[in-house]
Amino acid sequence: MTTLPCLPRGGFCQLVQVNGDRSFRLRLMEMGLLPGTRVRLLRYSDVHDLVEIIVRGCHLTLRGSEANHILVEPEAAG
Amino acid sequence: MSKAEKPPTAKGTAGRSPLVVVAGNPNTGKTTLFNQLTGQRMRVGNYPGITIDRHLGKLQLPGGTQVELADVPGAYSLAARSAEEQIALFASCGAGGYPLPDLVLVVVDATQLTRNLYLTVQLLEIGRPVIVALNMVDRLKEGGKSVDPGALSRALGVPVVPISARSKQGLPELVRAIEHALAHPASATPDPRWIPGEELEADIEAVRASLPTDWAGKDERRGRAIALWALLSIDPEDELRGIPPPLRAKVLERQAQAKAAGRDLDQEIVRSRFDWIDRAAPTFLQLDARPSRDLSERVDALLLNPWTGFPLFLVAMGILFQSLFSWADPAIGWIEDAFSWIGTKVGASLPEGFWRSLLTEGVIAGVGSVVVFLPQILLLFLFITMMEASGYMARVAFLMDRIMRLLGLNGRAFVPMLSGFACAIPAIMATRTMERRRDRMITMLVIPLMTCSARLPVYTLIIATLFPVGHWLGMPIQGLLMVFMYVFSTVVALVAAAVLSRTIFKGRPVPLLMELPPYRVPEWRTVLRETWHKGKAFLTGAGTVILTCTIALWFLLSYPKNVAMSQDYGAARTAIESQEGLSEEQREQSLANLEHKESAEHLRLSYAGRMGQAIEPALAPLGFDWKIGVGLIGAFAAREVFVSTMGLVYGVGADVDEQSQSLRDRIRRESDREGERVYTPLVGMSLMVFFALACQCMSTIAVVRRETKTWRWPLFLFAYMTVLAWTASFITYQGGRFLGLGE
Repeated sequence: MTTLPCLPRGGFCQLVQVNGDRSFRLRLMEMGLLPGTRVRLLRYSDVHDLVEIIVRGCHLTLRGSEANHILVEPEAAG
Repeated sequence: MSKAEKPPTAKGTAGRSPLVVVAGNPNTGKTTLFNQLTGQRMRVGNYPGITIDRHLGKLQLPGGTQVELADVPGAYSLAARSAEEQIALFASCGAGGYPLPDLVLVVVDATQLTRNLYLTVQLLEIGRPVIVALNMVDRLKEGGKSVDPGALSRALGVPVVPISARSKQGLPELVRAIEHALAHPASATPDPRWIPGEELEADIEAVRASLPTDWAGKDERRGRAIALWALLSIDPEDELRGIPPPLRAKVLERQAQAKAAGRDLDQEIVRSRFDWIDRAAPTFLQLDARPSRDLSERVDALLLNPWTGFPLFLVAMGILFQSLFSWADPAIGWIEDAFSWIGTKVGASLPEGFWRSLLTEGVIAGVGSVVVFLPQILLLFLFITMMEASGYMARVAFLMDRIMRLLGLNGRAFVPMLSGFACAIPAIMATRTMERRRDRMITMLVIPLMTCSARLPVYTLIIATLFPVGHWLGMPIQGLLMVFMYVFSTVVALVAAAVLSRTIFKGRPVPLLMELPPYRVPEWRTVLRETWHKGKAFLTGAGTVILTCTIALWFLLSYPKNVAMSQDYGAARTAIESQEGLSEEQREQSLANLEHKESAEHLRLSYAGRMGQAIEPALAPLGFDWKIGVGLIGAFAAREVFVSTMGLVYGVGADVDEQSQSLRDRIRRESDREGERVYTPLVGMSLMVFFALACQCMSTIAVVRRETKTWRWPLFLFAYMTVLAWTASFITYQGGRFLGLGE
């Protein structure tokens, strides 16, 4: 288990848990990020503190610092 | 703030035309569809949160009935954390003073179907008739998906009409479906799609019992939907409005109980909805191929890359800034010339007196000072609408987020703040691109601190007149001073933003979570229409205030007319004209001198002159005399007017600019009653600091009034900037004197 920004670029994972405050968790869940949802990390930029992911076919961006609250289970490469 | 906060007044139930509300996620083309259905001109963009005002329109059904259309702010969910987001629920279920809709039209992006259905499922819970407009079906292929509208309709239990709002495909069918659903509401009102578990059921009923009676009336189903909303939305730190304390207490109690029992209430509710969607999805949604967003991804690889993205962003901003600063210039020049030509023509055809003066110097000059803003406003909004419609604005928000967050600002505040270097008026109007009121307010209140182009003539005059042409460390002193003024104002603006965001506009940090829409080629007609709409809104909204102020200033500067002068100028003029032994040139010169002297004295005796003298005690600690005070009052029309007002005050004529040698010489010679020089470099510095920080611009006040729809904020802006300017000038002048820089 690891945090979302630690995933290799282009890697897939299953969402395990979202920490952080309630409004952040709720916002994520309502965009379809629930435990068990498949997420793909598309881009991570430390310089811009930016993470771009694909969930349910939709491109979402969030702050890297906030993405650290998202715990995921990486899928085996293949 | 916006119309959205004022619930539209419902007409009497008898004979009221049916109300259809249009809801949907951001970026679904809801606004375009609304436009197509009502023919009303509205903003169309391609990034989240564009709808701030509530839009209303009318739709004529084929059967002859007229339907009222109202849009619901775009949202991913009805759950709300702020008063602004709360509108979505109230408008869809007729609570909090909003009328109960007869039909809810949900606009759904077919290419992002499962996420869009989350809102749809929530709306179905309310129990009002629902129709789904399945938009962007023409784009499904590029996403490698296909959707079966019939199967979707069966799954949801409501009519589903595939459309493409951009190409107007499917609109007649949609209108017929609206007509049918209004006539047969039961056909569009299915049972809720999911059934809560036992524990959640108890929570819902407990909260429902605490709802205010006017929110859901006797409608049990609507009450349950609002109870679910309350369970997700209310918490000790929410910024919702009008939640009755018993309801709040009940929700907090149930949340605490659930937590104590080890339940995750939020997740239970959200998951129930998504579980239904995921179970039903295979019946209507097929994935045919891997989704391809090749082009968008390749562009993003460049524009969001840390190494190339930022320089490319700077290039884009450079072009934007250049266009505001120099491309708008010729157009501004034409407008000024045109209005002065009209003024001269009208003036020549009227007899001298009050009406001529009012018409030419008040009304025509006033209209001119409004229209002169149009080139910059149109250019800026042309850029902004293109950035929005293409999808680049969403990226800019992210590129700038990290830096702007340090100042307590939104990433989107960058474009308005940069535009502030050209002119605060279009820049303040551009704050509309931010969804949160707090972000808009902070940006709006610091933009007038940026060094706008109208301050340049004032700085040029002061620097060239009072500071030596020389070098310091190999750099020209005068140029350095100019650079210093820019740096100074920028630093003050950024500090002010940081302070405002930590004091008056203190708020919880909001997580940034948003969609990056695929890049799209902007639709030209929409962009141009939108740009023009902005210009028109400025003319009608802020224009009237600016015009009124110009007329008021004209009056202050030219009245009273019949006052006792120190000498009889008419007689003096006759004397010069009849004096012998003067060459034609000398005679003209003497007459001109006399005229300048007369207008200088007239200005001194005018209301503005008296005001200048009245405020002199307040200005003296800054090193200013009453003549500078008059200049400051005149500069309220526009900062650069300071230069010509000083020309008038010093009797060298109003026809001067910052390059005039006569004005510079006269300013250097100016001495006070004791014979001391009025203008030292220290006074010049103090004056520039004052100009950098004071809100010497009635147009700024007018446009802030238009954007905030109240007088409170423009007055606050004026007050805080004046206090800031006075204090900073005081420190500059008195501190300088203390250090012995006074001479």
